[in-house]
Amino acid sequence: MPFIPHTEKDTREMLEAIGADSIEELFDEIPKELRIEHLYGVPEALSEMQITRLMRERAHQDGSPQCYIGAGAYEHHIPAAVWDIATRGEFYSAYTPYQAEASQGTLQTIYEYQTMITALTGLDVSNASLYDGASGLAEAALMAVRANRRVKTGLVLLAPGVNPVYEKVAHAITGGQGLTFEWLPQDATTGNVAFDQLPEGKNPVAVVMQQPSFPGTLEDVDRLTDWAHAEGAFAIGIANPVSLALMKAPGQWGEQGADIACGEGQPLGVPLSSGGPYYGYMTCKQKHVRQMPGRIVGRTTDLDGNPGFALTLQAREQHIRRTKATSNICTNQGLMVTASTIYMSLLGVDGIAHVARRSHANTARLVDGLCEIDGIERLYDGPYFHEVALKFDRPVAPVLDAVADRNIIGGYDLTDHAGTDALLICATETKTEADIDACIGAFKGAMGK
Amino acid sequence: MSELIFEKSRSGRRAFAQAPTADDDLGIPKQFLREDRPGLPEASELQVVRHYTRLSQKNFSIDTQFYPLGSCTMKYNPRACNSLALLPEFAGRHPLGPVRFGQGFMKCMHELQQMLKEVTGMVKVSLTPMAGAQGELAGVAMIKAYHDSRGDTERTEIIVPDAAHGTNPATANMCGCVVKEIPTLSDGDVDIEALKGVLGPKTAGIMLTNPSTLGVFERHIKDIADMVHEAGGLLYYDGANLNAILGKVRPGDMDFDVIHMNLHKTFSTPHGGGGPGSGAVGVNKRLLPFIPVPVVKETEVDGETVYDWATEDDFPQTIGRLSGFMGNAGVLLRAYVYMRMVGRDGMEKVAEYATLNANYLMARLRDAGFELAFPNRRASHEFIITLKHEAKDYHLTAMDVAKALLDHNYHAPTTYFPLLVPECLLIEPTETESKETLDNFVAAMIDIVTQAKEQGVQFKEAPYKMPVRRLDDVKAARELDLRYAPE
Repeated sequence: MPFIPHTEKDTREMLEAIGADSIEELFDEIPKELRIEHLYGVPEALSEMQITRLMRERAHQDGSPQCYIGAGAYEHHIPAAVWDIATRGEFYSAYTPYQAEASQGTLQTIYEYQTMITALTGLDVSNASLYDGASGLAEAALMAVRANRRVKTGLVLLAPGVNPVYEKVAHAITGGQGLTFEWLPQDATTGNVAFDQLPEGKNPVAVVMQQPSFPGTLEDVDRLTDWAHAEGAFAIGIANPVSLALMKAPGQWGEQGADIACGEGQPLGVPLSSGGPYYGYMTCKQKHVRQMPGRIVGRTTDLDGNPGFALTLQAREQHIRRTKATSNICTNQGLMVTASTIYMSLLGVDGIAHVARRSHANTARLVDGLCEIDGIERLYDGPYFHEVALKFDRPVAPVLDAVADRNIIGGYDLTDHAGTDALLICATETKTEADIDACIGAFKGAMGK
Repeated sequence: MSELIFEKSRSGRRAFAQAPTADDDLGIPKQFLREDRPGLPEASELQVVRHYTRLSQKNFSIDTQFYPLGSCTMKYNPRACNSLALLPEFAGRHPLGPVRFGQGFMKCMHELQQMLKEVTGMVKVSLTPMAGAQGELAGVAMIKAYHDSRGDTERTEIIVPDAAHGTNPATANMCGCVVKEIPTLSDGDVDIEALKGVLGPKTAGIMLTNPSTLGVFERHIKDIADMVHEAGGLLYYDGANLNAILGKVRPGDMDFDVIHMNLHKTFSTPHGGGGPGSGAVGVNKRLLPFIPVPVVKETEVDGETVYDWATEDDFPQTIGRLSGFMGNAGVLLRAYVYMRMVGRDGMEKVAEYATLNANYLMARLRDAGFELAFPNRRASHEFIITLKHEAKDYHLTAMDVAKALLDHNYHAPTTYFPLLVPECLLIEPTETESKETLDNFVAAMIDIVTQAKEQGVQFKEAPYKMPVRRLDDVKAARELDLRYAPE
């Protein structure tokens, strides 16, 4: 019996203390007709050695191809110390810090995380994290509806550069509360918002913009933030946190700054791991803190007057407010936040800035090389951070297949999204010049050059 | 409190091994760049490692303490689950990578879906919800989508027992439903008469946890299911307490239409200081068209099995996507490894020994003079004691006992939940704890009460042995200090 410590003697003595003849008797309140005999569909147990072998085989089958996809999840080097410490049992196997005195490790870590992520995003307060970037947008939209009380339309306008999956997720999560999402018009040349075609009189509750955008362009977020505020809407900014070591923070956009920032925390020390677990960060201006969803940690004092940390503003949350809570969210992504906090501490702002610069330079090398190939050119003009959309003169899927034959995942097929044969590529700091040149060579081969 | 990492920071200090070289040349125009320097710590690698290692030591955890937190199933998290989920190929796999580079991973996910179907008795499982509360949201959204698809748009009421987790009513509200709360009888079962009173043409469904949050099995579940179905509503199973019935009885056989599972409870993935969770959902035939995507499907290409993603194309009526990719994949891998290691026979033993431990601990505490909230019922995998007499006679509240237990090196049980039992402790020992641990815990409980009764000891200021004393929650909320600001 894996992980069950009971000896036969233990079981006997325990049943005696209970006054039951058998363990079976303990289930006598369950109606007999509902009981099942066996879980036939579950295989027999494997030992740790056997499951290790099985998982290694399956991992080996998936291999470690060179990957040039970003599209919302980014490969970065993660220092060994990050997960060594995050998976210490004291972090890994603790739960929500409801007993603050016995959870100061987790609580202080979250407080430090809140400090770091507000610094990066240029806003006043942060929660302890949400599930991921996409669901974070849903929560940000709901929060805007609560905080921007004058506007009753429930209409959220999205810049064309917002990750299309984020829209889908936000729609699925908030649809029950009557929120609607509409896309702002796109300028075909830049891929960004077409400022000369912005709608008038729609009375949106919030305008969402993403920097860098999903197809990698840089949006004029200053102007769009100001427009949102002029329309009486909240500005919600989505930003890649690694880019924020260099780039203007959401809190600095436009005259007044974004009201809420949210996004995917994964680039800060969380492995790609097929899509999760990641975490969504969320920060906002001080005045909206009581509309924030999720857990928040505050510093306070104990009976001796010494500083310590505790969950605070819990009156917003489901376990207290039930129907009237700001969200149904219960967990944060504690373990990921722990890892991320260690990552940010190890790299510091200069280290993250170096990661950002190296990623930018690597992507530039890849883009320049690929655009020398006949039939490949940039889809949109203008500057970029570490991801770029390319236009192809032929269907992208077969090209990617041929590139994959060289154990290279050549990018994300953007054709459906862009409405033309297109590819989205990203080369982070993990790639060497030789890697990038090999990737360019693979594309040359696949394109018959 | 330990010094903050920011207070250890010195300008110019770096963990140099961690930063790549960088070009000075940056092709990004100035208008997009920030002029300030965000205040992250500047520290050496050793300083960071020491700081967070020391912080970790201020936590209670399963690996270091007995953690009988009711409703949270704090059982041992096997180490192999973690190390195998973090194999470099799995950890490094991009979520949008082509399926040809993901067959090993996807096979695990497909088998996990199959095993979860088997243990719950449902028709199909989607792994995408990222936590229990998100699984609840998916479930209620599916119930609504089902009614809407039949033009039955007036069904907006969700029935929730008063003992339910807060996430139940909060979720129903998030889905745009009206919550109808029904009371619980003194024996812990749902008040059937009250249920009859709220059922009607507006009923969308009912959300139930079984065994309930009161630690008892709802004996009339079949009658409840029949009544709700007859009224045109559907049944939602909150899987918070699935650990108690694994291999004994299945939600599908109890006639639930949709369920969520907390993989971080029943299938032993880490609680991580508050997450990640993972809230896979299972549906019966009725709700199959509405299942959240993506789901892993098995296809055949040239006579070979190939795993692929089932998406909106396969389920055009789906409630949609709940996460940016496919949910908490790494958590799902850990749950998969756990299930394979425990296996068929072991899984039945999980419920047996979780129940044995709970009933043993309940019997021992009862014999020691503690009052049970439901003295005439079996415990499921957890049970409730009420300290209402101790609070009245000796000023010993549930909160005091919780804090005093910390000084005995035990994590406290869940306090003041469910709300309808005064001064309650909800205690869930789980199957991975030994008899000795339970005996020692009983001794600690007796010691605390004896001190209060016989020596008049007050625990209002406990704990004494923790890194901090009892914290001022009122001050924390009134004088918000949510981030470090250097003087």
